[in-house]
Amino acid sequence: MEKFTVLNGLVAPMDRANVDTDQIIPKQFLKSIRRTGFGPNLFDAWRYLDEGWPGKPGPERRPNPDFVLNQPRYKGASILLARKNFGCGSSREHAAWALAEYGFRAVIAPSYADIFFDNCCKNGLLPVVLSEGDVDRLLHEVAAFPGFRLIVDLEKQIVATADRAKAMRFEIDPFRKHCLLNGLDDIGLTLRHADKIRAFEERRRLEQPWLFG
Amino acid sequence: MTPRTLYDKLWDAHTVHAEEDGTTLLYIDRHLVHEVTSPQAFEGMKLAGRPLWRVSANLAVADHNVPTTGRAGGIADPVSRLQVETLDKNCAEHGIVEFKMNDLRQGIVHVIGPEQGATLPGMTVVCGDSHTSTHGAFACLAYGIGTSEVEHVLSTQCLLAKKMKNMLVRVDGPLPRGVTAKDVVLAVIGRIGIAGGTGCTIEYAGSTVRSLTMEGRMTLCNMSIEAGARAGLIAVDEATIAYLKGRPFAPRGEQWDRAAALWQTLKSDPAAKFDREVTIDARSLKPQVTWGTSPEMVVTVDERVPDPDREKDSIRREGMERALTYMGLEPNTPMTDIRLDKVFIGSCTNSRIEDLRAAAAIVRGRHIASNIRLAMVVPGSGLVKAQAEKEGLDRVFRDAGFEWREPGCSMCLAMNADRLEAGERCASTSNRNFEGRQGTGGRTHLVSPEMAAAAAIEGHFVDVRQWR
Repeated sequence: MEKFTVLNGLVAPMDRANVDTDQIIPKQFLKSIRRTGFGPNLFDAWRYLDEGWPGKPGPERRPNPDFVLNQPRYKGASILLARKNFGCGSSREHAAWALAEYGFRAVIAPSYADIFFDNCCKNGLLPVVLSEGDVDRLLHEVAAFPGFRLIVDLEKQIVATADRAKAMRFEIDPFRKHCLLNGLDDIGLTLRHADKIRAFEERRRLEQPWLFG
Repeated sequence: MTPRTLYDKLWDAHTVHAEEDGTTLLYIDRHLVHEVTSPQAFEGMKLAGRPLWRVSANLAVADHNVPTTGRAGGIADPVSRLQVETLDKNCAEHGIVEFKMNDLRQGIVHVIGPEQGATLPGMTVVCGDSHTSTHGAFACLAYGIGTSEVEHVLSTQCLLAKKMKNMLVRVDGPLPRGVTAKDVVLAVIGRIGIAGGTGCTIEYAGSTVRSLTMEGRMTLCNMSIEAGARAGLIAVDEATIAYLKGRPFAPRGEQWDRAAALWQTLKSDPAAKFDREVTIDARSLKPQVTWGTSPEMVVTVDERVPDPDREKDSIRREGMERALTYMGLEPNTPMTDIRLDKVFIGSCTNSRIEDLRAAAAIVRGRHIASNIRLAMVVPGSGLVKAQAEKEGLDRVFRDAGFEWREPGCSMCLAMNADRLEAGERCASTSNRNFEGRQGTGGRTHLVSPEMAAAAAIEGHFVDVRQWR
């Protein structure tokens, strides 16, 4: 996993609540057996006027000029500013893969669906939680100032304006923070406890053998 | 000892190791695997050179991509075919039990787990699918995971997790005629919202829940995720134990007796504290119909499409306006005036034998309305399908103009050929009415099997409480 330390990035707004993972990456793209290739289909049904399917050549696609990420001012954005309950619905990790491949390294929202939040953390995509008031204010600033950037500092747990005039603190579990800062593979971390897992498993097998049939 | 909830007990019983910040290594008893969210996990395991931790924990089935017609000819779509073949290959390589497409036991992963007795009380059950919450009906800690977590389970038999809060949804009283488990859960979602259970595990209790069959309880737990909760739970009782007895993966003989005795303890202590409680009077419930693009956008069948002008919160109002535009609906339209193009009876929410019996009882001796272009029944598994055929339900549906299909996820999410065309409106027994869920531009209304069946006959929504 790519490390996440400090990000200074252009901010793109997604000014609606309850954006579900079916919108982030529609189901027809889930037929892929690979972990990559989802970026061009991020928000596919909103982003294009034509219907997308796996393998449809890029030049055939007709971008929707009204969709926020198609506006030239948000080209190259690496921070997505969203409203509450972002990433609800399906557990598809493809949503986090698509956001990361598109170029986002952080999402800022008042809240996330639980599975999506975990999926982001496993892919070096930092889900930052700020208050609804802060997000509301930032959405106004993004709209008002083309080129609006934010600094996300994971070590210090702050989101700051580019001039560092204002900083907002965010909370994150120490364990997740440690993994993200160091780009750690948590399977590797878990396997350090392999002996403990084996001992637990053996005890369980004796007590409830029917679980191991 | 401090009184504990059922969730507390399941959590404690599976804790292998806990970090200082509460991050816990949880042991996973059962891992259900399907074709969509597993290929990258198997590949990751291979690339890292790690072996599968415990083969017997895994049970696999292809359900999302499989066609519901003409299976003898295989899967026509080459991309879908490759995904299913990849599951076959991965299972063969690791020795994982897999119910292949033409196996009688094949079906939707959340239907076959309990049907086979592969879901047992007291287990942790995970799957790369958010509707894994279904299995909580058996007092399992069951939840959906992403593909990185699928790889984590395959490689370590554990998951890293932080404990959720305890939420109690208590439903008491007899259910009125025409009101089902589906209506109960839609009403819960309407009450608490689609993020109402975020960060929580929901336990469902109360006399109404106790009176539900195991299939009804599965419907209830299934849609916990639509209320934001990763897991839903129901305590063990006689119905739980009776359902499991004799199932292929369930214990037998002396082990059955030991297991059944242990399972009886899987309930919250009377004095256990919940962080949040919601109480619902079942007597007040009516059949539910969603009108928008989120499961919380739901009303009762005798109500009208809501008017955004009456919503004070601007974010909610804008969401309602967008939903009405997408759904092609005018505010204040009576729900019973909404005309339909397609009807889908199926999905991990409502495709079990009792669902099919209930729908068949509505359509028996009648015919679908002329404006219904397609009405389809997709049984949850090959065994459900066989049972329904034994009871002659296939005949009832076919005579009424329904198509009788092979089992799978089908038009719940339209990854196979079953889908809505842009602008088509569907009464669906599935769980999500998100934009494009059943096909790009398709419009979904979530209802119970009875409501879907009645809508197929009349061509528009009708109140099944008045059905004769």
